[in-house]
Amino acid sequence: MSVVLEVQSLTKGFTMHHLNSYLAAFSDVSFDLNAGEFLLLKGHNGAGKSTLLRTLYRTYLAQSGQALFHSQHGVIDLLRAADVDLALLRRSEIGFVTQFLVARPRVSAEALVAEPLRRAAWDTASAQQEARHWLQAFGVKQSLWRAYPTTFSGGEQQKVNLARALILPQKLLLLDEPTASLDAGARAALVARLAELKSNGTAMIGVFHHPDDVAHLIDRVIDLTPEAQQNKEVPDVVV
Amino acid sequence: MSLSSLTKPWQPMSYGFLDASAKREIRRKMLKAVAVPGCQMPYASREVPMARGWGTGGLQVSLTLINPKTCVKVIDQGADDSVNAASIRRFLAQVSGAPTTLDTLKANLIQSRHRIPEEKLTAHQTLVLQVPNPEPLRSVQPNMSIARQMHGDADYGRMWLQLYEQIVRSGRVMQGASYPAMVNGRHVMTPSPIPRWDVPKLHMAQHLTILSAGREKRIYAVPPHTRVEPLVFDDVPYRVEDHGDLTCHRSGARGFFMNEIPLPDGSAAHEISDSEYGVKTIRTRDGEAVETGDTWYINGLIEDAT
Amino acid sequence: MTLTLNPPRLVATDALLQISNVSKSYGAVNAVRDVSATVYPGEVLGIVGESGSGKSTLLRMMNLEEIPDSGTYTLDLPEVSGNLFDLDRFARRMLCAKRIGIVYQNPHLGLLMDHTSSGNVAERLLVAGERRFGELRARAQDALAASEFPLERLDDPPRDLSGGMQQRVQLAKAIALEPALLLLDEPTTGLDVSVQALVLDTLKRLQQERQITMVLVSHDLGVIRTLADRVMVMRRGQVVEAGLVDQIFQDPQHPYTQQLVHAKL
Repeated sequence: MSVVLEVQSLTKGFTMHHLNSYLAAFSDVSFDLNAGEFLLLKGHNGAGKSTLLRTLYRTYLAQSGQALFHSQHGVIDLLRAADVDLALLRRSEIGFVTQFLVARPRVSAEALVAEPLRRAAWDTASAQQEARHWLQAFGVKQSLWRAYPTTFSGGEQQKVNLARALILPQKLLLLDEPTASLDAGARAALVARLAELKSNGTAMIGVFHHPDDVAHLIDRVIDLTPEAQQNKEVPDVVV
Repeated sequence: MSLSSLTKPWQPMSYGFLDASAKREIRRKMLKAVAVPGCQMPYASREVPMARGWGTGGLQVSLTLINPKTCVKVIDQGADDSVNAASIRRFLAQVSGAPTTLDTLKANLIQSRHRIPEEKLTAHQTLVLQVPNPEPLRSVQPNMSIARQMHGDADYGRMWLQLYEQIVRSGRVMQGASYPAMVNGRHVMTPSPIPRWDVPKLHMAQHLTILSAGREKRIYAVPPHTRVEPLVFDDVPYRVEDHGDLTCHRSGARGFFMNEIPLPDGSAAHEISDSEYGVKTIRTRDGEAVETGDTWYINGLIEDAT
Repeated sequence: MTLTLNPPRLVATDALLQISNVSKSYGAVNAVRDVSATVYPGEVLGIVGESGSGKSTLLRMMNLEEIPDSGTYTLDLPEVSGNLFDLDRFARRMLCAKRIGIVYQNPHLGLLMDHTSSGNVAERLLVAGERRFGELRARAQDALAASEFPLERLDDPPRDLSGGMQQRVQLAKAIALEPALLLLDEPTTGLDVSVQALVLDTLKRLQQERQITMVLVSHDLGVIRTLADRVMVMRRGQVVEAGLVDQIFQDPQHPYTQQLVHAKL
């Protein structure tokens, strides 16, 4: 198995200047992730699970450590890579899946879903066809495909978001509670898509409130609760 | 050596009215103007016994160029007999002793306001045009410092924009007289308020044209055989006034620029604007042997100079 | 405390815009102090900061309207090389006319209020040498349509238009020649909130469709967040923080940025 990500001594905290205080999120987290591997982050609320995902995605800036990502262009430290390199990786190799859709006014659901493909230089017709396939798979009603998701209900927006986030296979996928408040049909579609991506070699790091849905995909678990972190000898639990 | 041996004897006035240094300055500025066709050259613009706005710019150029052998013709709106033309002609003759004429063919120096004669000018002739406003950019750029910079940069986008606006708002280019023209592919000039009819006569002409604005103190020139191209869009051709089909009610001449004479019944008659050409036509019709030159327009159409 | 970032390694294309160590003072006031910025093709760089932070001065430098006391500026275009601040007035003007589009906050700066709207757009094409009336008209119309300007008002002068419409005319003028770089100086400031959203929306759509490289200056974080990929935060003529737009908004590092972001949310 080829390594996708090597995280070493990752530490993240927040300095709040107006309070003159520092809030530690997690410290000294290390792990490796191989292609096709699914890593579950666990820990109580506030243990820093989502923070870890965002730190790897560079929405948050780390304090110290290293996160070596084996991109198709070579190995690069996600924590120190230039902003434009990160932007490039986000377009082509690293996906981030949340439950929230960033809809844009007057962009139809199918155009929004097709966008990652268009950026990857797919032609309009096949990108549209693929987008429709995934809207269908996640159970978005056909009558909504050409409508603007800004007006959709939360549930429908979430499905559009998943279709968009998962349409293009990525090398690394960061999953931040994508199943929360999802209906059963869409959840099944999501799990099926994740399984498919995983078998095709996508490495995943996930935060799930209810990991049962994806239990069969999980290869390893990292516990971010401070006690577990202090006791580093505890081996990764294989479910 | 005494002062009197070094100076000329006192005279009531200089030859050609202007003093030698004024004439030298204007000569220099004319040479510069000829060297950079269409580019406005500033000059001092002296006082002459005539009010600003009545052709003082043209007069100073004529006074500088004139000598006792120069045959002078002066026209105003095409007519030799208007008060202004007659006064200037008489004044030029008085201060220089030069002969005067009404005949375009005989003249060496033609000072004109608002027209170019219908008979072709030749290499031995100089046309002096009186210019009220020498700056073609004035309507688009009131700041003259910036306008000069625009000339320097050949930045004529605003001129073109003005034409665009006229076509959009009125369906055609509304500019009548003073139609802006590109000289030698470089400087846009205003050809003084000659009608659109006369602008093509400057293009690749054999004669030298000096344009001079007395109030604004600017001289510019169109040397012989120089391109003068009115600003026009490639797909909206330049149009001269629709005078090609009009007939002069006095001389019967047809296909020339006409003055409109309103008649009591509300209709209008037309009379040829170039008065001396009209006279020649009448005299020819009456059987006199009058020498008439080639005209720029034949049957109302200009012959292509290029 | 946080890690310093490395220079780009993965992005293979050259930066389109590179402005380095520019400083400009007006008398005793240091409007811009040692500022550098890089913009890659297809990117939107946001510059945020309060009034007097130097962000507009920096943008005017990018439009070559303002020449700094020191510093260099390059654009990766075939027709130019070297420090653009060294170009003479004529070369600067031609470069700006043909390659750089700008939308000002104040439409009076960018538009001829008494000319027609289509004429305002056509002027750009005229400067670039277009001499066919039909072509001018068609291309002005296309640019106005792309800016979602109502074509029935094509020949109305900007002085008769609403603020939002005036900005659309400015935008059409700016994109008429398909510029390599589009500069936006507070493009929606002063508009009604609903109009603001529509203009932003048009900008976003144009950016998505044409991949136009943009530099956007605004004091409005919402505008920056909607359009920008990366953000530079300026204060008192200096850059205090720069980063990806989501990082600046969600994990601001500098006290000033934190204050700015928290004031917004």
